[in-house]
Amino acid sequence: MIDILLIIVAIFVLFAWSRALLRFRDHAISLREFIFWTFIWGCAITLTAFRTQLDFLTAVLGIPRPVDVAVYFSIVLLFYLMFRLYIKIESVEQNLTKIVREIALRRKK
Amino acid sequence: MGFTTRRPAAKPHIAVVIPAYNEEKSIAAVIHGLRQHGYTNLIVVDDCSRDATAQRARQAGAIVLQHAINLGQGAALKTGIDFALQNGADIIVTFDADGQHLPEDIPTLIEPIIHGDVEMTLGSRFLNARSHVPLMKRFLLKAGILFTWLCSGIRLSDTHNGLRAISRTAARRMTLRQNRMAHASEIIDEIHRKRIPFKEVPVTIRYTRYSMEKGQSMFNAIDIAFRMLVRKLMR
Repeated sequence: MIDILLIIVAIFVLFAWSRALLRFRDHAISLREFIFWTFIWGCAITLTAFRTQLDFLTAVLGIPRPVDVAVYFSIVLLFYLMFRLYIKIESVEQNLTKIVREIALRRKK
Repeated sequence: MGFTTRRPAAKPHIAVVIPAYNEEKSIAAVIHGLRQHGYTNLIVVDDCSRDATAQRARQAGAIVLQHAINLGQGAALKTGIDFALQNGADIIVTFDADGQHLPEDIPTLIEPIIHGDVEMTLGSRFLNARSHVPLMKRFLLKAGILFTWLCSGIRLSDTHNGLRAISRTAARRMTLRQNRMAHASEIIDEIHRKRIPFKEVPVTIRYTRYSMEKGQSMFNAIDIAFRMLVRKLMR
């Protein structure tokens, strides 16, 4: 029997992972970041492929339906990614601040 | 362009740093007021204003530094402090550009630093009854005082008062990273972390319609609290 959901998720994951690979090859992201994204997408495809065998997780976590586990996990992941993004933006802003302040000070020297 | 070289400690070199953003209506009066009280080393940091703040400040006799993009009051303050340090300031006074602060308060503010009692003084509008703080503002400030106490462990009578004086030593020790309004809470945090001797000094805040319009909103207060919590998490 063809697993439609697995095919859809696999296409999406392959597309997303290929973006990460291209960005890594262009040196836009570090090896650490590439490994991180490979792990995330790897988890997504593995969980989708073996979703019927995830019943043990529902028992361990006390969540009745496996799909709820996936939703909760996704929310936690999204929060984590948002926090990482916030930190990244802060870092970019700090660098921008340094440049702007340096220019302002140099103009007055 | 800068100040003269460092003077002997007997006559400390005082620099007044004024961060400004779209303050063309008030900046000249603020500078004239300070000059009338004998303060000549006035550094205005124009945070990429869209109006004539820089020109007005320059015409009024201040040294004007300009940010190429708008970064926020904290960043402007840091630029001004760095410039003052580069030019040999012994004491740096931070002063608002909207006309809320009185130059008459500066001597009381710098005296404990000149006498070597403390390294920093913080202006407090609640240590005398001269500032008629509007009710909503009072509520926000009291919440800020409580938050600062919980966050930094320092119990103050006022918070987010831009009128303060910092010795050269303290200014060099402080690491300021908050660009926007959270810098005021960050300064308190730095005082606590670096164990900088400080005291609160009574000052008067003049509430005008203009300064109230430019004041802090509830949203800003939430933003400040969030940024301070993130700073705590990141350290």
